[in-house]
Amino acid sequence: MRRLLPAAILVAWLCVPFVPGVPNFWITLANYAGLASIVAIGLVVLTGYGGMTSFGQATFMGFGAYTTALLTTQAGVSPWLALPAAVAASGIAALLIGAVTLRLSGHYLALGTIAWSVSLYYVFGNLDLFGRNDGISAIPPLRLGELALTSSRSYFVVVWVAVAAVLLLTRNLLDSRVGRAIRALRGGTAAAASFGVNLPGTRVLAFTYAAMLAGLAGWLYAHMQRSVNPTPFGLNAGIEYLLMAVVGGAGSMWGALLGAGLVTAVNDQLQNWLPRLLGHQGNYETIVFGILLVVVLQTSPEGIWPHVRGLFGPARPRTRQVADAAALPVRTLPDRGAPVLAAVGLRKTFGGLVAVNDVALHLDAGEIVGLIGPNGAGKSTTFNLLTGVARPTAGQVRFLGEDVSASTPPRVAALGIARSFQHVKLVPGMSVLENVALGAHLRGGAGPLHALLRLDRAEEARLFAEAQRQIDRVGLAAFTSQQADSLALGQQRVVEIARALCLDPVLLLLDEPAAGLRHAEKQDLAALLRRLRADGMTILLVEHDMDFVMNLTDRLVVMEFGAKLAEGPAASIRADPRVIEAYLGSAA
Amino acid sequence: MDGDILLILLQDGIVNGAIYALLALSLVLVFAVTRVVFIPQGEFVAYGALTYAALDEGRLPGSIWLLAALGGAAMLAGLGTVRRTLTAPAVLRLAVECLLVPALVLLAVWLTPPRPGVLVEALLTLAIVTPMAPYIYRLAFQPLAEASVLVLLIASIGVHLAMLGLGLVFFGPEGFRATGFSDARYAVGGLVIPGQAIWIVGTTLTLMGGLYLFFDRTLSGKALRATAVNRLGAQLVGIATAVSGRLAFLLAGAIGTLSGVLIAPLTTVYYDSGFLVGLKGFVAAIIGGLVSYPLAALAAVLVGCVESLSSFYASAFKEVIVFTVIIPVLLWRSLRGPAEEE
Repeated sequence: MRRLLPAAILVAWLCVPFVPGVPNFWITLANYAGLASIVAIGLVVLTGYGGMTSFGQATFMGFGAYTTALLTTQAGVSPWLALPAAVAASGIAALLIGAVTLRLSGHYLALGTIAWSVSLYYVFGNLDLFGRNDGISAIPPLRLGELALTSSRSYFVVVWVAVAAVLLLTRNLLDSRVGRAIRALRGGTAAAASFGVNLPGTRVLAFTYAAMLAGLAGWLYAHMQRSVNPTPFGLNAGIEYLLMAVVGGAGSMWGALLGAGLVTAVNDQLQNWLPRLLGHQGNYETIVFGILLVVVLQTSPEGIWPHVRGLFGPARPRTRQVADAAALPVRTLPDRGAPVLAAVGLRKTFGGLVAVNDVALHLDAGEIVGLIGPNGAGKSTTFNLLTGVARPTAGQVRFLGEDVSASTPPRVAALGIARSFQHVKLVPGMSVLENVALGAHLRGGAGPLHALLRLDRAEEARLFAEAQRQIDRVGLAAFTSQQADSLALGQQRVVEIARALCLDPVLLLLDEPAAGLRHAEKQDLAALLRRLRADGMTILLVEHDMDFVMNLTDRLVVMEFGAKLAEGPAASIRADPRVIEAYLGSAA
Repeated sequence: MDGDILLILLQDGIVNGAIYALLALSLVLVFAVTRVVFIPQGEFVAYGALTYAALDEGRLPGSIWLLAALGGAAMLAGLGTVRRTLTAPAVLRLAVECLLVPALVLLAVWLTPPRPGVLVEALLTLAIVTPMAPYIYRLAFQPLAEASVLVLLIASIGVHLAMLGLGLVFFGPEGFRATGFSDARYAVGGLVIPGQAIWIVGTTLTLMGGLYLFFDRTLSGKALRATAVNRLGAQLVGIATAVSGRLAFLLAGAIGTLSGVLIAPLTTVYYDSGFLVGLKGFVAAIIGGLVSYPLAALAAVLVGCVESLSSFYASAFKEVIVFTVIIPVLLWRSLRGPAEEE
């Protein structure tokens, strides 16, 4: 039933233009709204999920439109054959432009899109190849056999079948290993990298996908209008598409659809009425849209869709069938007592400040080591040096025999080091299960094509089964389908541990795992860590709760002012006069 | 290459570059203090130029009604934010800022005889257009002060759209050109330097010096710098960051308006001409990484020269070349630095 309903709605919608009495004008407007929806859905992936923004989607639409215009008018290629070329042209343009800005923080990308939109507008308008400002006309219509799709009613079917296909493909993409990685870009890039997500690659992917959707819309536009010129692909059009996504709600594809329909319809009415009211021709609608954009951001930053969705009652949390999936292969852990990690002469300076000063650290398989010390002792910096987040100024870190001093976080993750964060970094709006499944990112291999075509279902089931297993292991089974950001802070920390376990790590680095937990929860956590140790896992934890650390760890390393102060079993550390002095001050 | 032509082009480039430098400085200032990428800067240029042109022709500029309307709207928005602490002094301050200022400006414009001379016209223009900037901060950005840079950027685009349309309403679709500050021409070697060019470069240099002193020597300037370095820290030591924000917008509005007054004699300005001018200021500001004032100013002169050279050798592709300059710069920044996190 739930599968049939959307199909039934689509069929009913596709019949609308053939109902007698529906004005032609409405059909034309619906066609434009459909084109805009496709572009806006791309922006949902890019902005709502990936946390990036582009004002230049109309320009990518232009790449698609001009590609098909040139191929069909100059080279006599069939429009259907020009479709892949049009989409590819937009995609390649996005790859190139994206490669330039995607390593910079988000607003550079957005500003870059403004600059190239203006620039390419003049390129389209000044090159003979593109027909200068007159553009290219006499583009052939789409044909189905002998039938030329020249009426807006027949084109309605083409446009909205394309919209339906885009909705389906985009849902597939977002509900996949790759899609979760795109969403993770918003939950803090440090966390995404720590379980192996290739950040630049994922950003380029989201950007390219959005551009390819715009290219598809451009192809549809060219064969609907049968002519192209630079104006509909300029910066103003690009801004309008972003407006649609933001006003409708960039967090959901339905928001994009709503925004595209709303803005297209309102735009048409405003262009009709405002010049009459003001007595001049002109683009007065920009006033309304500009103010609307600011008001929506101020009062309802998620757009209008969540309010509309709210009318139909609360969303049901999604449950997944994961029970019968085969288990993922697991790493063989090193033998108990074998060296796992050894850091020698580890040093990190920030300007003149020595944050970590010639620290030596070794961890053997199957032990729990506590890293303690007063605030500012260099514990978190040490964590960052071990996980590739920061590069040591001097010294070396060897993990299972490999030098990882110059490795990136994804490389370190691939070798089997998983971590949690002092400040919890979960992806808001995603369920506990999905957040934990992110940790298994490197244990799956399905790429975007698999995701789009749903060839990743078997692997997905295995990843989610693993995530569920880890959630059960840490004792959060009751919260599996709740939104991760709705949990108490202490529980969110435990979710991070489950996510780290999903990596199938050799070494687990936990940054203040017990902070914010209640007494009973701390005891559960300690029991969990003991079980993990019994299974052969190596654990290094930073913690301020001395009871917790003293009772749990095999060995303690005490840091002060960036240097190692003492090392040994809990009992000897407790009696060490230097440690007492560091914590309590000198007795004299 | 003909040396004389090159010199003339470079001179043009430096004059335009001086304007871009002013805009780039105020963009850096606004971004540093408020994290707003100030896209509507270009509209202040257009408003400034068109208001000045109207006064120059002895007409009443439409922008004074816009000023009154924005002041009224800012008053209402201000009342909304102080509604819980509706003390008499707070309301009075708000009324002075939002109602009295437009009223005084209106009175000044009304009392001034038509065509009072370029300097008075320039001052009136500044008085009419500049206060709009802090009103816009109050209306659009202050409620979003804690939002991300990306959200602020999108809001900034919204303000740009609205101001563009309002420009059409209040100035009409016709373009205008105004009288210059100076008709004099000075022959230096093979070059003829128009007086207006000297005015432009001189004003830019004076303003830069003034801004330097302001940031280095005054308490308000230091408060702005503190807000730029760390918002929360500034709040903790008692700096009202909303006031800093309005002050940054006031400065940016004044600089934009002045740039408009300076270019109005050079070229015909339409209600939508400001956007491209502002964007070139942006290219310069981005080259400076949105943080460095001297780098942005230097880059602005570079942008001006690239523009004037390309308008001579490939005039159809002038804008293409200017806006493509940004690509290698972004690439360089991207490869040089580690990935930045917001």
